[in-house]
Amino acid sequence: MYDVSIIGAGVVGCAIARELSKYDLKVAVLEKDSDVSNGTSKANSGIVHGGYDAAPGTLKAKLCVKGNQMFKQLDSELKFGYNKCGSYVLAFDEDDHKEILKLYEKGVKNGVKNMSIVNKSFILANEPNVNPEVYSALFCGSSGVISPFEFAIALAENAADNGVEFFLETPVTAIEEIDGHFIIKSDDRKFRTKYVINSAGLFSDEIAKMAGMEDYKITPRKGEYLLFDKDIGNMANAVLFQTPKEGSKGILITQTYHGNLMIGPNAKYVYDKEDMLTTKEGLKEVSDQAKKSVPNIDMSKVITQFAGLRSSMEQYDFIIEETKKGFVNLIGIDSPGLTSSPAIALEVLDILDKSGLGLDPKENHISYRTPYIRMDHMSNEEVNELIAQDGSFGKIVCRCESITEGEIVDVLKRSIPVKTIDAIKRRARATMGRCQGGFCTPKVMDIMCRELNMEMTDINKSEKGSYILSGKTQKAEGGNEQWSMIL
Amino acid sequence: MVYDLIVVGGGPAGLAAALKAYDEGIKDILIIERDYVLGGILNQCIHNGFGLHKFKEELTGPEYSEKYIERLKDTSIKVKTETMVLKVTEDREVHTLNEKEGFQVLKAKSLILAMGCRERTRGAISIAGARPSGVFTAGTAQRFINLEGYMPGKEVVILGSGDIGLIMARRMTLEGANVKCVLELMPYSNGLTRNIVQCLDDYDIPLKLSHTVVSVHGDKRLEGITVAKVDENLQIIDGSQEYISCDTLLLSVGLIPENELSNVCDIEIDKTTKGPVVSDTRETSKKGIFACGNVLHVHDLVDYVSEEAEIAAVGAAKFIKNSAAEQKSIKTKGCNGVTYVVPQKVGLDDQDKVVKMYLRVNKVYDNSKIKVTAGGVEIASKKYDRLIPGEMASINLVKSKLKGIDMDEVVFEVEGA
Ligand SMILES: Cc1cc2nc3c(=O)[nH]c(=O)nc-3n(C[C@H](O)[C@H](O)[C@H](O)COP(=O)(O)OP(=O)(O)OC[C@H]3O[C@@H](n4cnc5c(N)ncnc54)[C@H](O)[C@@H]3O)c2cc1C
Ligand SMILES: Cc1cc2nc3c(=O)[nH]c(=O)nc-3n(C[C@H](O)[C@H](O)[C@H](O)COP(=O)(O)OP(=O)(O)OC[C@H]3O[C@@H](n4cnc5c(N)ncnc54)[C@H](O)[C@@H]3O)c2cc1C
Repeated sequence: MYDVSIIGAGVVGCAIARELSKYDLKVAVLEKDSDVSNGTSKANSGIVHGGYDAAPGTLKAKLCVKGNQMFKQLDSELKFGYNKCGSYVLAFDEDDHKEILKLYEKGVKNGVKNMSIVNKSFILANEPNVNPEVYSALFCGSSGVISPFEFAIALAENAADNGVEFFLETPVTAIEEIDGHFIIKSDDRKFRTKYVINSAGLFSDEIAKMAGMEDYKITPRKGEYLLFDKDIGNMANAVLFQTPKEGSKGILITQTYHGNLMIGPNAKYVYDKEDMLTTKEGLKEVSDQAKKSVPNIDMSKVITQFAGLRSSMEQYDFIIEETKKGFVNLIGIDSPGLTSSPAIALEVLDILDKSGLGLDPKENHISYRTPYIRMDHMSNEEVNELIAQDGSFGKIVCRCESITEGEIVDVLKRSIPVKTIDAIKRRARATMGRCQGGFCTPKVMDIMCRELNMEMTDINKSEKGSYILSGKTQKAEGGNEQWSMIL
Repeated sequence: MVYDLIVVGGGPAGLAAALKAYDEGIKDILIIERDYVLGGILNQCIHNGFGLHKFKEELTGPEYSEKYIERLKDTSIKVKTETMVLKVTEDREVHTLNEKEGFQVLKAKSLILAMGCRERTRGAISIAGARPSGVFTAGTAQRFINLEGYMPGKEVVILGSGDIGLIMARRMTLEGANVKCVLELMPYSNGLTRNIVQCLDDYDIPLKLSHTVVSVHGDKRLEGITVAKVDENLQIIDGSQEYISCDTLLLSVGLIPENELSNVCDIEIDKTTKGPVVSDTRETSKKGIFACGNVLHVHDLVDYVSEEAEIAAVGAAKFIKNSAAEQKSIKTKGCNGVTYVVPQKVGLDDQDKVVKMYLRVNKVYDNSKIKVTAGGVEIASKKYDRLIPGEMASINLVKSKLKGIDMDEVVFEVEGA
């Protein structure tokens, strides 16, 4: 019997798993996909929000500000990469200016630190690519950026290192309540558990329904993005927001943690929770709007586009509650859910504690996670030392991001199993650069075959069915010597 | 230690440049290549069609490069393969990484950049829709089939009628795949005419001109695409949308010179060619650093790559021997139908010289003429039966004709465009 079972390994589920891993408990995480952080947590803006735009007095305001303040410490323990680059909300006229003054007031009420109203010359001195017609801005020095999936993966790996059991490719299909505990079913498999945490993101209303709670309804709200080549990353140094108008937050421009320029998201209700399609109109809206803040974005430098879905509900605030004895719902965790996630986890622990789950600290708990080997952070001497030990660190596989074979093999050996090209991409960054895997996909697949004992034709991009190769060529089938030599 | 010459990239451009520099008397040469073999993109081009101009015979890609690689053995030219150049600097330092020597900084009196190009991706042309597996650039598919022995899929549509797309249409058909059609945005193909005949017509593969992909469907593997017709302004014609089911979409939508190294070195880049701005010796804006081949501008025929590499080698050899005199130079420019001209600058002092100028046009021109003027005076012209964007054209510029003309630039245009 598990003490706690967490449904959904997004950033929220992973943050809770990591927090629970500090205590003497038997914890399971059940995730339908082949990797953690494969839902909303992989497709968002990656911003650690300051917390000035949440309505004062709400959970969103409280947990965002609290979460924000936890990132420095979290990064020192988990080494996922965090850049406290600051943010601007740009105002282009008197009306905008009045709005940012209101935001400033809200920020003060919410307890946000390091805010100031800055003038045009300050903005242009620090952000020379901003539209020179800018009037003023709200600067917030406590905002920052992270790579959202690397954060979630780091939380998950640290939780797994401390004994939390992750079950991937395990979709929850039914939940039963028997004798004061729960049986969670995933097709034929059963998990008995005292407590259930429902952190299934977009699907959390459906999970609640499985346990007889019918009152929630999530409507997905899509946000589309364009990601650009690193060589124009410095078009924005801090995060550049637009002044919110008539309920729309506007389009932001940011340099991602790894240095690409990114613009987005728009906001459109959709009806299908799997609808991650980008649309021509949506992408046009994003680029047209972004150009109002930064006019000279070179659209020929786009390397990819993607979309993410917000879990929106009629109610504004997050729902975090033990709706039924032993069953904690986290529903409607839309923005700023990423920022809030570490504080949400503490909130959930508090709920569990009050509900009677004993929290005895684990003696041998390790709060540090060994970071992935990242050669771009090393000095030349360190690089040479590493290569002297293992030559595979001298073999570049992904040319665009300069990722070596050694760095790829390193991410395959962690406590959360890696099975797909996308899982490697999110950890080692191979296939993520300007050629989007054109050159290195074949090499990455060779490494997967060798290290994970897979067949080329069994390798998926992401979920089951997303195969890369359909079979061997006629020549290779014929066992031609030439091919066996190259393979 | 300082090499006389370091060549970055061991494709046809790098090979030809190194060998020519050797013939010019430079013996201390190093070629650096990131792949485990020399030959560049030619290694995966196992079809015929290389060397018709240069060797007057039809060779496959590997056969063409083999002619050069063979010759290397009789020279003192050194080669480092599986070595990535991470950076080049203005002072001609070359930062490298490999398995055996780790990170190193090498120096040379002169550098020749021959890094080739890479393919444009789906992102670069902003195709909306889902992001399933099954969308490949044509070159990646070529690599899987020809080098790894695997098929990327069975029901195939190809977007872009550039040469790689055309060649892959044939290749996949021969391997038993069903190539449903080749779509081309423009009203004409960007590929060589002989490839359209030999790769599409001979296999009854339809070429749909003025068509593009508007959306991609399928949440795991590609299931189909929506295609549409476009008008003369390349805008989608409403109502022309059509769904085609397929498990594979190959993109052959153009190549981009790989100038990340040039950018970091702050070499001036031509916005149109996306390659360095060079003089007629193929010297870039940085002294002693030369460029040639696809890194300079995308070539359709390897023969011209080799030719251009030799020009760069002669320039580099002169520079190394300190016999390259500072020259006054004049800018060249394409307009009225001519999209670009390489070289972008021509030296004015060595007036006995003839410079072969390479250019491309913006659309198809039948029975037309390229006119070259300087300060309003016509100094050269050449007639062509047919000029098409997919085939590079050339015209000779006799420098002595520039003598005494008061001019800012030399202008190339299609007469009457
Ligand atoms: C466009 C956009 C931009 C955003 N930008 C920001 C930002 O800049 N800063 C910020 O703080 N927040 C941002 N957010 C919000 C943030 O991304 C989310 O709040 C956060 O990622 C939610 O995490 P989650 O774990 O709740 O959900 P998810 O990441 O969706 O995780 C839920 C998991 O549950 C799994 N699951 C679902 N059903 C089942 C089942 N039946 N069985 C097992 N597993 C199941 C899913 O596969 C998924 O892995 C943004 C959101 C969007 C959409
Ligand atoms: C698929 C395809 C089909 C073609 N078909 C024909 C045809 O039928 N007939 C014809 O005549 N021409 C054809 N061409 C054109 C011809 O092959 C190219 O123009 C020619 O290969 C370009 O030569 P290159 O040396 O400039 O570039 P490449 O061949 O691309 O060589 C560049 C080399 O530089 C290396 N390099 C790059 N960066 C670095 C670095 N940082 N460190 C170390 N090494 C580096 C690369 O690995 C590569 O080996 C075809 C081209 C392609 C792509």
